Amino acid sequence: MAQIEIKNVAKRFGSYQALHDINLTIQDQEFMVLLGASGCGKTTLLRIIAGLETATVGEVSIGGRRVDHLAPKDRGIAMVFQNYAVFPHLTVFENIGFGLRMKKLPNDEVKGRVERTAELMHIEQLLKRYSGELSGGQRQRVAVARALAMEPDVILMDEPLSNLDALLRMEMRAELKGVLAESNTTAIYVTHDQVEAMSMADRISVMHQGEIVQAASPIEVYRNPAAEFVAGFIGNPPMNFLPAAPAGEGKWSVAGQVMDGPSSGKPLKFAIRPEDMRPADEGLTATAKVVEPLGAHLLITCEVQGSMFRAVLDSDMSVKPGDQLTLAPQPDRMRWFDPDTTLAVA
Amino acid sequence: MTAVTTDAVTTDTRRAGRWVYGSAVVLLCAWVIVPLYFLLINTLSAPETVNSFPKPFIPEFDLGSLTFFANFAGMLTALKNSILVAGLTMIMSIVIGAPAGYALSRFDFYGKELFRLLILLTRAFPLPLLALPLAVMFIQTGLDDTVFGLALVHTTLAIPFAVLITFALFSGIPLELEEAAWTLGCTRLTAFSKVVLPLILPGITASAIFAFVISWNEVFAAAVLTIENRTLTAFLLQNLDTSPLHLKFAGGFILVVPALIFIFAVRKYLFAMWGIANR
Repeated sequence: MAQIEIKNVAKRFGSYQALHDINLTIQDQEFMVLLGASGCGKTTLLRIIAGLETATVGEVSIGGRRVDHLAPKDRGIAMVFQNYAVFPHLTVFENIGFGLRMKKLPNDEVKGRVERTAELMHIEQLLKRYSGELSGGQRQRVAVARALAMEPDVILMDEPLSNLDALLRMEMRAELKGVLAESNTTAIYVTHDQVEAMSMADRISVMHQGEIVQAASPIEVYRNPAAEFVAGFIGNPPMNFLPAAPAGEGKWSVAGQVMDGPSSGKPLKFAIRPEDMRPADEGLTATAKVVEPLGAHLLITCEVQGSMFRAVLDSDMSVKPGDQLTLAPQPDRMRWFDPDTTLAVA
Repeated sequence: MTAVTTDAVTTDTRRAGRWVYGSAVVLLCAWVIVPLYFLLINTLSAPETVNSFPKPFIPEFDLGSLTFFANFAGMLTALKNSILVAGLTMIMSIVIGAPAGYALSRFDFYGKELFRLLILLTRAFPLPLLALPLAVMFIQTGLDDTVFGLALVHTTLAIPFAVLITFALFSGIPLELEEAAWTLGCTRLTAFSKVVLPLILPGITASAIFAFVISWNEVFAAAVLTIENRTLTAFLLQNLDTSPLHLKFAGGFILVVPALIFIFAVRKYLFAMWGIANR
């Protein structure tokens, strides 16, 4: 049982504020992904949970127990590092069994657990090798096996797949998700790769400039971004934004079109995902600039009243650069943001 | 026709180039090996042969010179002193230098760059400049003419190298490895002993041996700061004008061989310190 509670955690490096007042609860056995661009503080937060970094202020509890003053070894965690950190002077067997040996478990128990986790990660034939004789993917498997063998309450992963090539990354992604789901541990996974985050997470915490902007399920983060940053960060291509001017109660004028929206006294920003645009008789007038056929879809970069705007259309459409398109947004997918607070307006 | 001539010319130039290259290699090797070879011949020859002329080009394998060396009054004590001083220097420079190297590579602290500079600066002052004040201070504290006192001075000479070599070694070990050990149940200390130490042990040995050689070869401080408890270098220097030729050869040989073997054994790490790729 390991629910993780982070209360008012902040971190300063000299005059640089890396984390601002973070509050986050991660449920037992939840797979939480910390997602953000580099420098957003996600790794710092993970290292604070691991005990490799101390928070300037705030509390961290794991399984109801305050851990902020405990050494990493006493927190019931295991960690997978970005560069694997497989000990080069030990065999794969001794690497996986390292933590168990530190716990002074009897030899046959170590052997049993190492063999079981090695089998789980499909590296049972590598047990006698040294790290120098392994490929990047194999080292990654050893690092994960070493963490799993500890049977920790919490497993922390710091961009574990970022050093693998694209194909291997996709393969490991699915495998890791399966293995972790079976292990019943709480997992915190740091990544800058939104596809990884979307495909693996139970919940995503999107981080920006040392703050958690939104913590929600992948679909919620995608469909209902809580702030403009999330809307522009998640999704490839990201959401489109257009200025909206008030046109009566609950009515908004966007690029000359009047649409239904929330009631608000001041100008808002209209946002829509590129795949939620449909060619129609009535809608936004767009001039196609670049047409990129992507197989299943056409990605069209166009201009709507001087603003850049992207639309993903069916590849049956024949569109050439310079064409005039009339595109209608799907009404239930339209989102609105307050330009001052950058937060979503319902 | 033209093609053939060009071909001939390039082959000629290439052959000449190879000749020059070969001669340079031979010359450089001879520069180092010939004196060592003469040293070897004369050490392994009977004292009469050493003092006669012309000298043989093959050693006689006569232990006369070495026996004479061993029986020369005070020589074995000097040899023992040399080993003691060098051993102490080796231990002290590692015990003091390795933690400094670790601190430099792992921690950020105020004045770190200055500290690194200061370490190097200790080698900027010529020893003769320091020798007189040191001698006075040693006499005042009673450290003069002791093995420990001399080892202290030699440690000062060896520490910059010990710090720089261990700094390079520790920096070559990613912090992630230590952090991984911490998360796997290690304290800072056990992580060091179980992960870092096994990885740098060969390098530490190398830097210890280097400290040993520095002390072993040092003559100036040894000659100034000791009278009764001379090291081998100081003892040989003291008897230079009075001792017979075969004693000098044997002494030189005994001095050169350990240094040579040790340096050869640790060359990889010395190259690493100077940023030259090994092999």
